[in-house]
Amino acid sequence: SSNEHKLNFKKSKEACLSYIQDALLQKQWKRAAEFLTCYVESLEKDYSREHIGPSEMIWRIGTEILWHHSQSSMKEFSCFMEQMKTLGVKRYLKVCLEHVFHLLCNGQIDEAYQNLSLAESWRFGEQTAIQDKEMKLIQAYRGLLDYYSWSEQKNILLEQGEDGFSDLAVEQEMHGYFRKAAVNLKEIIKIPGVWDIFVKCYVDLLEFYGDHNEARQVLNEYAYNSKFPANPNAHVYLYQFLKRQREPKKSLISALKILHDIVPSHELMIDFNTMLQKSKKRKKRRLGLEVIFAALDYAGWKENAKAWSCLTRQVKQIVVSDKHLDWIKQEWNSRKDWWPAFHFSRYLAKRNWQEDKSLSYEKALVAGILLGKGCKYFKYVSHQGCKAQLKRFRMLKKFVNRHNLVYLKISG
Amino acid sequence: RDFNERCAQCSEVNWGLTDGGRFYCRSCHNVTERTREVVNTDFITNSRVQTISKGSRKQEENDGGSEWYICEGFQLVLKKQVEALEALGVCPQMKDEILCNFWRCYLQKSKQAYCKRPAPETVKTLSVCESSTDVDSDPERPSLLHLLSLSESEGDLQTDCSFASSVSKVSESTSVYSGSVDGSLYLMKNQKEKLRMTMPMTLSFCYMALLWVREPITLSELLRYVVEGHIPYLNVFQHFPEKMKLCGLDLKIFCVESWPVYEEVFDQMHELAAFLDLPRFPDITESCFLHPDMLCMKYLMEANLPDELHIWTCRVVKKIGIGEVDFLTLVPGNKSTRKVKYDVLAVAVIVVVLKLLFLLDDHYEWLLSEYAEERNKNNTEVYIFYSGGPYFEFKKWYEVVKHSLDVKQKKLDEERAKYLWRCEKPLFYSVKNKSKVLKRRQMVVNLQNQFGKLSGSVQCAEKPNPSSFQLSWSEKNTDGSCFHGHSLKGVLQEKRGLLTAMNPDYWLCTVKLCNEKLCGHLAHYKEVEFPQSYHFVLGLFSFLLRVQPSYIHDEVCMIEHKLFNKKLYKKLKYNTVLRS
Repeated sequence: SSNEHKLNFKKSKEACLSYIQDALLQKQWKRAAEFLTCYVESLEKDYSREHIGPSEMIWRIGTEILWHHSQSSMKEFSCFMEQMKTLGVKRYLKVCLEHVFHLLCNGQIDEAYQNLSLAESWRFGEQTAIQDKEMKLIQAYRGLLDYYSWSEQKNILLEQGEDGFSDLAVEQEMHGYFRKAAVNLKEIIKIPGVWDIFVKCYVDLLEFYGDHNEARQVLNEYAYNSKFPANPNAHVYLYQFLKRQREPKKSLISALKILHDIVPSHELMIDFNTMLQKSKKRKKRRLGLEVIFAALDYAGWKENAKAWSCLTRQVKQIVVSDKHLDWIKQEWNSRKDWWPAFHFSRYLAKRNWQEDKSLSYEKALVAGILLGKGCKYFKYVSHQGCKAQLKRFRMLKKFVNRHNLVYLKISG
Repeated sequence: RDFNERCAQCSEVNWGLTDGGRFYCRSCHNVTERTREVVNTDFITNSRVQTISKGSRKQEENDGGSEWYICEGFQLVLKKQVEALEALGVCPQMKDEILCNFWRCYLQKSKQAYCKRPAPETVKTLSVCESSTDVDSDPERPSLLHLLSLSESEGDLQTDCSFASSVSKVSESTSVYSGSVDGSLYLMKNQKEKLRMTMPMTLSFCYMALLWVREPITLSELLRYVVEGHIPYLNVFQHFPEKMKLCGLDLKIFCVESWPVYEEVFDQMHELAAFLDLPRFPDITESCFLHPDMLCMKYLMEANLPDELHIWTCRVVKKIGIGEVDFLTLVPGNKSTRKVKYDVLAVAVIVVVLKLLFLLDDHYEWLLSEYAEERNKNNTEVYIFYSGGPYFEFKKWYEVVKHSLDVKQKKLDEERAKYLWRCEKPLFYSVKNKSKVLKRRQMVVNLQNQFGKLSGSVQCAEKPNPSSFQLSWSEKNTDGSCFHGHSLKGVLQEKRGLLTAMNPDYWLCTVKLCNEKLCGHLAHYKEVEFPQSYHFVLGLFSFLLRVQPSYIHDEVCMIEHKLFNKKLYKKLKYNTVLRS
């Protein structure tokens, strides 16, 4: 209709919002505030049919502006948040939580704690049940702050212990915090989700008080319960726990196995490979080779001398024993087309030699075995190494020469 | 007994009543047409139109409010508007004589007042004060929601239904329909028959009055003044007296949340003029501001175009006969003549002239510009001065005007995003959500203060002074940014003693005009189908008049078809239709 270009309230506010958005993206806080001032009267209209209503918009935009604006104080910020809490009952707990996060970012731990306690005591008819998840989060974060208080007390106690003192009051307080923290942390980690920090803290508490069984159970749940989203950290925590408990290699390995599947480039893969290499079981050693090759597929590992040394060690061992060359063959099969350019170019040879001789040593060995002594990388590095009269490079040259035909076997 | 007007015959104030209820002058026995019901002709005070006869008038003490009718509200609005126009310099007769009479005539025709028998539906209404118990038993009584959904295009207020629906959930007996006596009825009335009064229509009234007295204010100017806040429109109701309580459906009638557009006000004005059975309006002659020759001069100046173009606009106007008194003067009810949009017509003439002289095909005008540039470079300043100004360079003009236009457009866009639609006076649908509304208002004010402080020093609360010209160019500027005195000699040539355009071609915007009655337009404008220069020129005037480019394009098509009427059928070489 011809009236589509008519300027009305809705269109005017939409335009206003887009100006706010532009200003926010360009960090022009004054300008954003200017337009927000004009936008706020949207509150007087009902937008119940819209997906995001003006009250939510104002909350989110206002938060951003007040957080970043140079003339805004924390006091103003908190005042604003209080107003926002009254605006939408359906969002009450969410707003509380966000407020708490900002307070924490600003270092106001005590205020944050107060707000959390206040929010915890909030009740509003059926909304309380509807916002159950947010309530759990609030309780969890309060539990977290309790944990930090516990941690402080613990440190005081430990210091005092060193000096030979022992303050009962501090100890009591510490236990008190523990109880409060444990209750809440335990609750939240029952719900499927990503709760890394809560889990870590809770496990720390359990370990301190010697409840290793509970700790193990919690970590197992967190890592293996299929209802929880796949989370590499869960496996890392479990592994670290098992290590602390000095569990046998077998359980350590099984903990890391899934981590390898999820994140082949994880930094723990070195530990993993090291353990696997030493295993008596063939399958494990085979897995080890797979693990280290997979890790080196990633750009982040290209210059990791330690990783390369793991590979070198295993390759050497296989070549020398002349057993399981097919393992190398299998691994190399999918890599022979791109690893040469990725790892063993002449440019990289020069650079590695300049920057890290150990790295170039390890890589040269692998290159020499996988690609033969004629390959660019090996030739350059071994030549440089021998020129510099470094013993190990001479040994390297000899070794590769001796096993020169390996590359033919594995690339065939 | 309040009838204080002087008798037309003997100028005495000595009235009596005839049996028929009419006033007669006791001095000279002159019987007037005025009936008894016209008690108070004083337009100044907020006269309650006491002509609707109904049952007892209850003067409730509820909130100190009293009964009032919708048309009283509109009367107040009109009063405010015409006072504002007076402040802008419009002659005072407009208020006391013209608009006042128009309004009375309207009331009479729509049977809301000044007539013997009022509309029979005024009997059953609900007011704030009443709380009838048998609402549900009346099957004809519409629900609140139903009434809210009826009304004109204001979809925005419909979203406030949540307020209303919360009201209707409460027992209907205490629900509030309107603060006015006849609010709900007003919305129910059959629009076609009686031309229901709306807020946009108040502007139609104003425009009609302006046209009658031939004030030098065009419709586009009027609407611009409204948007700029010089004429009350948005939130006029905040000036209603305390005792006129506004709530419920009154909001639907008086609270606007959109700016009226030219087409709307224009069309309604004509409908209104016909409805009121007005006679032929005063003649628009050559000396009138609204005459195309005058308006063209104004817009040429505003568009920073050479004064010399005025000769050409006059020529076009003369050629197609749009300067004739009979063409320009409004005769209400005459469906055969095309309604004249004075301002749009004038700018369309300018566009056509530009096309005649510069072709505007994204090619020729730049060539001409280069030619002019060369000439200007070679001539000395003295020569330029004595030979009637430098050659007009289209390119330079384009750059200067585009720059200014972009700046103004950007500013306008920002202003449009920053409009504040609400005012201090809170609006609520019923007494029940009054506290909620007030709370919200308080919060809005708080937030405005908080973020207003953080806005920096950008606050400019002052309205700009009303000005007829949005763009101004001064010849005193030494940077050569004013083109009024420039010469068209670069684009003209002498042929047989006459100055004609060097440009031999012309392209028509459209070969065939649409049937306006069927699709509402003479043509359908799509930017991509026309040259950029043409689009630029349309855009410039579109900005000045605050109408859509297509609106001006229609008018251009109309002019072109008048101008090339004969040639269209002869199919001469002038019929080059250029489309990209």
